[in-house]
Amino acid sequence: MTVITPRHTKVLSGDGNRGDSVDLNHDDDLEHGHHAGPSGILKWLTSTDHKVIGISYTVTALVFFLIAGLMAEVIRVQLSAPDLHLVTQHQFDELFTMHGSLMIYLFAGPIAFGGLANYFVPLQVGAPDMAFPRLNALSYWLYLSGSLIMVSGFLAEGGAADFGWVGYAPLSNGVNSPGLGPDLWILALLLTGFSAIFTGVNIVTTVFYLRAPGMSMWRVPIFTWNMVVVGLLILIAFPVLTAALVMLFADRHFGTHIYDATHGGVPLLWQNLFWFWGHPEVYILVLPFFGILTEIIPVFSRKPLFGYKGMVFATITIAGLSTGVWAHHMFTTGAVLLPYFSLVSYLIAVPTGIKFFNWIGTMWRGSIKFDAPMLYMMGFMIVFLLGGLTGVMLASPPIDFATHDTYYVVAHFHNVIFAFALFGGLGGIHYWFPKATGRMLRETPAKIGFWFLFVGVWGMILPWYWLGLKGMPRRIATYTPNMDYGTANLIVTLSSFLIVISVALFVANVIVSLMKPVLAGDNPWDGHTLEWYTSSPPPSHNFTKLPRIRSERPVWDINHPDHRTLVGHGKNLKDPSAAS
Amino acid sequence: MIKAKAVKLDGKFIQNIKLVGKKLVFFAVAPVFLTSCQVPSFFAYKGSTTQAQAEYKLYTGFNLAAMIVGIFVWALILWSIFRYRRRKGDESMPAQFHEHRFIEFLYTIIPLITVLVLFYFTVITENQVDAVSTTPNVRVTIVAFQWGWEFKYMNSSGNSVIATVYGNDGGGNFSTSTVPVAYLPVGETVTVTLESLDVVHGFYVPEFNFSRYAQPGHINTFDLNIVNAGYYPGRCTQFCGVYHTEMQFGIKAVSPQKFESWLKSHSSAPTK
Ligand code: HEM
Ligand SMILES: [Cu+2]
Ligand SMILES: [Cu+2]
Repeated sequence: MTVITPRHTKVLSGDGNRGDSVDLNHDDDLEHGHHAGPSGILKWLTSTDHKVIGISYTVTALVFFLIAGLMAEVIRVQLSAPDLHLVTQHQFDELFTMHGSLMIYLFAGPIAFGGLANYFVPLQVGAPDMAFPRLNALSYWLYLSGSLIMVSGFLAEGGAADFGWVGYAPLSNGVNSPGLGPDLWILALLLTGFSAIFTGVNIVTTVFYLRAPGMSMWRVPIFTWNMVVVGLLILIAFPVLTAALVMLFADRHFGTHIYDATHGGVPLLWQNLFWFWGHPEVYILVLPFFGILTEIIPVFSRKPLFGYKGMVFATITIAGLSTGVWAHHMFTTGAVLLPYFSLVSYLIAVPTGIKFFNWIGTMWRGSIKFDAPMLYMMGFMIVFLLGGLTGVMLASPPIDFATHDTYYVVAHFHNVIFAFALFGGLGGIHYWFPKATGRMLRETPAKIGFWFLFVGVWGMILPWYWLGLKGMPRRIATYTPNMDYGTANLIVTLSSFLIVISVALFVANVIVSLMKPVLAGDNPWDGHTLEWYTSSPPPSHNFTKLPRIRSERPVWDINHPDHRTLVGHGKNLKDPSAAS
Repeated sequence: MIKAKAVKLDGKFIQNIKLVGKKLVFFAVAPVFLTSCQVPSFFAYKGSTTQAQAEYKLYTGFNLAAMIVGIFVWALILWSIFRYRRRKGDESMPAQFHEHRFIEFLYTIIPLITVLVLFYFTVITENQVDAVSTTPNVRVTIVAFQWGWEFKYMNSSGNSVIATVYGNDGGGNFSTSTVPVAYLPVGETVTVTLESLDVVHGFYVPEFNFSRYAQPGHINTFDLNIVNAGYYPGRCTQFCGVYHTEMQFGIKAVSPQKFESWLKSHSSAPTK
């Protein structure tokens, strides 16, 4: 395995006062080696450049998002009125299982942790690439092959997996769900799981070992900080999922009875293991997007982040607590009613609240410009808040008893997911698209798309909450007219079309912006962090020179010498490399 | 010098927050009083068992708390958006403050206290909802299977079946007429033992504000104290295979006298 060593170190070592930037060009090491390689598709296939891999991840994840979204629309049409039978019950089961699986395993995680983090973590810490570039390429290919294996389930005899994205035992065993589809699902999760683990190793190592001189941990941008925490969380959680899946596979094929109560096994074990991974997973999903939010708000408010250290501690606290709350998904099993799980779940609201107030504090008395990225972040915050509040309710066992497995829960998790994955994801892409492509996305379609999304999201989640409270269970293929679910479901379906329009506008925007470029320049948003210091798109080893880094926003410090970030309560640090 | 300036700015900062805060509390509390001191139901069932009513009380309390927090934070966000938006041509540099220890402390400690209070009420309600009587009036064993329900009425010591209600979809030909309807008495304590013959199912009656998994390898026990007579539709909520959608049942709550006569008419041959 090739390890990239922090080359800049030798450029800067023992030299703290050479002005505002450091030229890396005389380090001729940087400019050859990786260059004389293949071009075109072969270059893409063999690339170990984190930027190429990052884009591959992002595009692949978006494709799976579109496929999964299409499945959701089929489900939505089926449910738009009572007694519709567009698809059979069995097809319906395949659709919601694959919709959930694609969205969670192939889209929401990979787009942030494989896509945006891959591209921007090395840039934000001033590194030339990831620590293990080839391992990084392996991650992507594992992810892609796992993903293709998962969707290939539709071609299997008996169809794709049809037991929900959570695969509860014993429904998922060989007796109740025979066939190749479920096996492909298991295999796909194993492969994408390893891909996540390898990326986790890579990102954590990169940030710990490849930071540019002066980039102490307390100056690392929050997006990158969150990725480090997510990486560690992945290393804690994903091996547990892998183990659970291996045991499930053994039950299906090797005659073990690990989850089989009729032979002394324990079906509940699956739920415990799954959620031991699954709850950290929801923070693995959301923390990267919290990171995006934390990058964008200060830039568009023209202010430093309010409460930087509080933000870091909040992230670490959320991650720590998230490993101890898995059973709040299992209150209705009656097997884990310990109030402990409820208490710790509530406690997560505290660091999450800190984040909210820090974001507001950053906007407070700022000079806020509502370009598309910032607009999407406002959607993120406003929508997420309701999901956070209903999450606290669900952490209360009695309330969970009343709402578990109903549309209330579907509303809750789509509420938070829409906030972070749609507003956060699209906003993040609008923010960084100029850096990765050198082109701006058009503002007008982005803003129109925002409003479609905003109305569509509320139009889906609010009736969903209501349906849940009226007792409509999730994962039912249809309902009868006497249940009075019709009107609300119709509103949901119509609203979901608004989301489709919004996503279509986004795709069109990307295509138009690529075909008729509006050049972005290196730093179109007056960004604060190192990625805005290099060219758009960055050269193959990212930087030809680096600025002095003495705060968490080095590029701002260069561009606004009269308003430099105060360091250490107003004292300016003398030597930027002293703290590294 | 820099420090002094920061403090001055922050004084204003606190004032601003106080002002916004006062307005918010007013707007949050006003609707509650406007509905003549009646707590809104927040769209939930008021509940037809004592357990459900305890849950309902907790639910409304949580919603009130959430409403206050939500309106407060939403207002702060909207205030920031409209008050601090950059006007055309405004190139002035905003103050570059980035921390305020006291306010940071406040927004750590206040949420902490809030959730501890919520936790306190949760535990109280959970103990009510989960309590199981040692001397129930009626014992029922409910067995879930793919795809149907069996309600077995047990004798007072719970070791033999005196009546059963059975509903099976017969492989997907489930129509409303075959939905099993189990009778239960109003005003008495019913202890339910919940089992599954195959996969995980969910026993759920919306108007009881309650669901519990029926699962292989783990038997659940809970009490229902029904307060209102009536028919309560129920169904499986945990996805259990291809006919999950059709796995429905009904609970008919009647007076204890009617229940006794129903039970007699349904008794299977007396079991030893
Ligand atoms: C694009 C708009 C979306 C629509 C219209 C939509 C709609 C739906 C619908 C109708 C269901 C089925 C509910 C049921 O039958 O119980 C569902 C389930 C689900 N959705 Fe979405 N969804 C969307 C986006 C997402 C996203 C972005 C994610 C995650 C990143 C997601 C994750 C899930 C999960 C995990 C389930 C549960 C699947 C299961 O029950 O096993 N959805 N969604
Ligand atoms: Cu959880
Ligand atoms: Cu079911």
